[in-house]
Parts: sequence; C-alpha cells; structure tokens
Amino acid sequence: MAGHSTYVPKTGFTRWLDARLPILRFANDTMTTFPTPRNLNFWYSFGGILTFMLGIQIVTGIVLAMHYVPSADKAFDSVESIMRDVNYGWLLRYMHSNGASFFFLAVYLHIFRGLYYGSYKAPREILWIIGVLIYVLMIATAFLGYTLPWGQMSFWAATVITNLFSSIDQILPHAGTAITEWLWGGFAVGDPTLNRFFSLHYLLPFVIAGLVVLHIWALHVPGNNNPLGIDVKGPQDTVPFHPYYTAKDLFYLLLFVILYAVVVFYLPNALVEPDNYVPANPLVTPPEIVPEWYLLPFYAMLRSIPQKLIGVIVLFGALITLVFVPWLDTSRVRSMRFRPLAKQFFWALVVDCVLLGYLGAHRPDAVFPGTSIPMLPFARLGTAYYYAYFWLVLPLLGLIETPKPLPATIATSVTGTGVEQVNAPAE
Amino acid sequence: MATTTAAEPTRRDFIHIATAAAGGVGALALAWPLIDQMNPSASVLALSSVEFDLAPVQEGQQVTVMWRGKPVFVRHRTPKEIAEARAVPVASLPDPLARNLNLPESAQATDQDRATKPEWLILIGICTHLGCIPLNNQGDFGGYLCPCHGSQYDTAGRIRRGPAPENLAVPPYAFLSPTRIKIG
Repeated sequence: MAGHSTYVPKTGFTRWLDARLPILRFANDTMTTFPTPRNLNFWYSFGGILTFMLGIQIVTGIVLAMHYVPSADKAFDSVESIMRDVNYGWLLRYMHSNGASFFFLAVYLHIFRGLYYGSYKAPREILWIIGVLIYVLMIATAFLGYTLPWGQMSFWAATVITNLFSSIDQILPHAGTAITEWLWGGFAVGDPTLNRFFSLHYLLPFVIAGLVVLHIWALHVPGNNNPLGIDVKGPQDTVPFHPYYTAKDLFYLLLFVILYAVVVFYLPNALVEPDNYVPANPLVTPPEIVPEWYLLPFYAMLRSIPQKLIGVIVLFGALITLVFVPWLDTSRVRSMRFRPLAKQFFWALVVDCVLLGYLGAHRPDAVFPGTSIPMLPFARLGTAYYYAYFWLVLPLLGLIETPKPLPATIATSVTGTGVEQVNAPAE
Repeated sequence: MATTTAAEPTRRDFIHIATAAAGGVGALALAWPLIDQMNPSASVLALSSVEFDLAPVQEGQQVTVMWRGKPVFVRHRTPKEIAEARAVPVASLPDPLARNLNLPESAQATDQDRATKPEWLILIGICTHLGCIPLNNQGDFGGYLCPCHGSQYDTAGRIRRGPAPENLAVPPYAFLSPTRIKIG
C-alpha cells in the first residue's frame, strides 16, 4: 500500500522545508494518510503500545543510570539508594522494572496476534523476522537488566544463563569454558561481568529502536494484515491511519497504561522474586532459581531435558523456530478465522505456553499441588507440543485442511453488503 | 561513450579485490582487541592461588574456600564415605573421567584419582550443569545435590544422576605440609 504521496505543503516554510528535507511529507505519509484496513480490531493496538513501552523503558532507564553504580560492591546499595534517597527514584525504578513485564505482556499478545491472523505470511516474512529479532533482543536486554540490582536472583540468573554457553564443551572441549570466561571477564560471575552487562543493557534498547524503524518500514510496504487475512483490494477497504487508528490505538493504550499504573503503584513487587532483595552471595545458591515470568516457558523447556547440551539446544531452538514460521505454514489462507482445524491447534499452543510458564516456576521434581502427579512429564509434553505445532502441525494442516470460503473484500465483510455475502467469521 | 567489457580480469578488478582484502584484514585486526578486552584481565589472572590450613577441619566436616571467585569445597571424608565411593565401579558412572586438574585428562574417575589423599576431597563447588552451588550431604548418594536442576553427586563429587554432564572438577592443589594445602 506504499503509494503516491498525498502531502501538499500549505505554507511558505513547509514548502521550503519539503524541498530540502521532506520530513513532514514522510510523517504525513506514514502516520496520517497511510491507508489502513478498516477492520483492524483490538489485537492490532499492541504495535503502538509496544512503541510506547520502549519509550518508557528508555526514558526511565536513562535517568536510573544517572544514579546506578555498576560495581559488585556498590550496585545493590545504589539501587536501594535509588529507592530511598533519590527524588521519585522509587517511582522511576518501579516503572522500569514493571515496565519490562508490561513490555513482554504486550509483545506476547502482539506475537500471538500475528500467529492467529497469519501476519507472518507472504509478503510479510521480513516484517515477521525483524519482529523475532526484536523479541530476542528484548529477552537479552531484560536478562542483562535483571542482573544489575546484584541481588541473589540477579547473580544466579547471570551464572545460570552464562553457563548455558559452557554446554559447547560437549561438542568442542574447552571452547565452552573459554566462551563463558570471556563473557565473565573472570573465572566466575563478578565485577567485570556486571560492568559489561550494564554497558550492553544500555546499548541494546537503541538497537531495538533501530529495528523497530525497520519493522515499521517493512510494515508500510505491504501494509497491515487484518483479521480477515485477505488483501486490500481498493480504497473502499481502507481508512486513513489518522484519526481512525490514532484514536483507536490511544484508547487501548490508555487502558493498558491504567493496568500498568495499578501494578506500579499498588503491586510493585508482585512480579519480583523476594530473593532479589538479598545481596548477591557467590557462596550460596538460593533454594530455587527462577527467571522472570516472561521467560518461564523457555525455562520449563530447559529443565524438562535431562541432558545439558540438548536442553540448551531445545531452549534456543524454541526461539529460532519462530524465524521459519513463514515457510512452515503451508496454508494459503492467512487468518485462522477461516481455518477451523488450525484454530484449535492455535489455542492449544496458547494453553501450552501458559502451562509451560506455570511448570517453569516449579522444580523439575515437583508435583501438582494437592496431588502426587509429577510435573516433569507435562513439561516434556508441553515442550514437544510447542515444537510439533510449528514443525508438524503448521506444515501438514495447510495440505489437509479445507478452509472456509473467504469474503470477497474487506468492505463487503465489514458492511455486510455487496454481492458476495459470506458466512460471518466464526467469532 | 561505451563501457568496455573485458573477459580477462582488469586492473580495476584487481583494485577492487585488493581494497576489499586490505579492508577485511584491517577490520579483523581491529576486531581482535575489541573481543579480547572481555577476557579475564591481568588483575583477575593475578589472583591465582590461596593457601589453607586443614588442621581445624574435623572428620565429616566441609569448609568452603574462595579461589578465583569460585567456592572450593574442602571435605574431610569419613571412612564410610570413602568406602562408599570406592565401592562404585567406574564403568557405571555417567562421567568416567576424573576431571582432576592435577592428573592427565584421560585419568579415570576412580576414587583414588578424585582424592589423592582419601580423607581429603577437594572440589570446585560449582555444579557442572549451569553453575549453581551444590548442597552438602544431600541427595541419594550421600554427596551433593544441586538445588537448581536436581543434579546429584556422590561422596567423591562424581555425577550420578541429573542433567550435569561432568563430575565436580578437582582444582589444582598441592600439600605444602600434611595439614596445609595450596589451591591453584
């Protein structure tokens, strides 16, 4: 839908500027008149919300860095000083730490939206892959940030995650150890590790911001997908981005921010492991090391595999799998609204990820509360289903499933008029 | 003016290749300092050894010493623990190698090769799975249990069950006197 520019400069200054740096033309074409499918629903509001959250994280992060000291001796105390002494430090830190959680909440809804409506399919493969890259960098950034307060969870999360690379020893003897010592700058997680983690934690959000620009650029070439998953056929199918979607995005952004504010002001530690208020101690591992909630499904996969190297491969493979989704899904129909079988497998995947998240918070030898049913077989089953969804279900379903008939155009479907009246979408 | 198309490599092709090659080598040469700066610095490497007095450590007791930022377990084993460790056939172990930095890499994980003086078991107290600190005297084998992912080690610090791939490492150490060791 990247079409001709409709921008007409109105004043002498904007005409002068437009001939030198057409930045207003660019803003007009991408954020104002950009033709957007008229049927985008609530689930399409998370792109804007995510951009907002990235802004929140960068702004609060920059000011927190003015007070934080990245040293093993002083990091914990400096965070406590931010909480107690720095003006509004408590607010900025709670916004930042809970901001990460809400950032991930939004990105998960955004990713599942893409999976449901087939937003990864041609011609949006590059758009999807850039999104996966952003997600991977978000995980890296969140992990690095989690280590900075230098509490027990920080220290041991850093230890466990960096030790994932030592599994390379099982393929190339000594190479894994060399890599972990290179990551640490020592023989264990310590002062040099914290310093470099802080440096990278400051850097990566700007890399993410750059990728977001590419993500939006790649979005604006084919234009938005939509809940029907059919292509825009003409102007009757679209509305200008402003004011229609600016208003809609703003409404849902406000709802999202209200929820965020509730957590920041009333439940600021609800998502934090209490152990992280104990200063880091390299001699004592906490009874249980768990990551933040948004990484629990992957942790469940790691813990469900009894062999170190395979566990690590399964963990990273779960992320890398996402890159291939555009080619693994063989169906020509994008939206699951018209894919009765695929829809059921999709919701099973959602349940599976939530279940893995629950299991990831418990030790591998744990049983379900009030029963003697062990959790481990479920974690293995959940891991198997995650992989099966992408590597078996999506490729096979496209071949055997009979999709429902698609509406002729977005306009006929939305207005309910026109020659080709189709059976209403199934939800 | 028409461009000339030459089948043979031209001087311009040579310039392109030479420029790219020189630039590539230069970029690699510049990348190395940027990569190597992350390796342990001279001050970290300087903290290479610690000495420790064994006399106060009672039979059945374990003391943790810090060496290179890592916990080192110094365990005064009981005769029962030694006997249990010696009774295990090496062939039945998940990791048959001694992992003793004082011995050749091919040394077998017999109890003798794990603890040269049988009553003194000296181990790097870091689980070989993902680096947690195993808990002493726990698990089904009387040795160590890692609380993170459930790896279990016996009274010679050898992996017996769970995801850890290797036996707990034995650091380089030497007896300076019968009751004094130097680790590192």
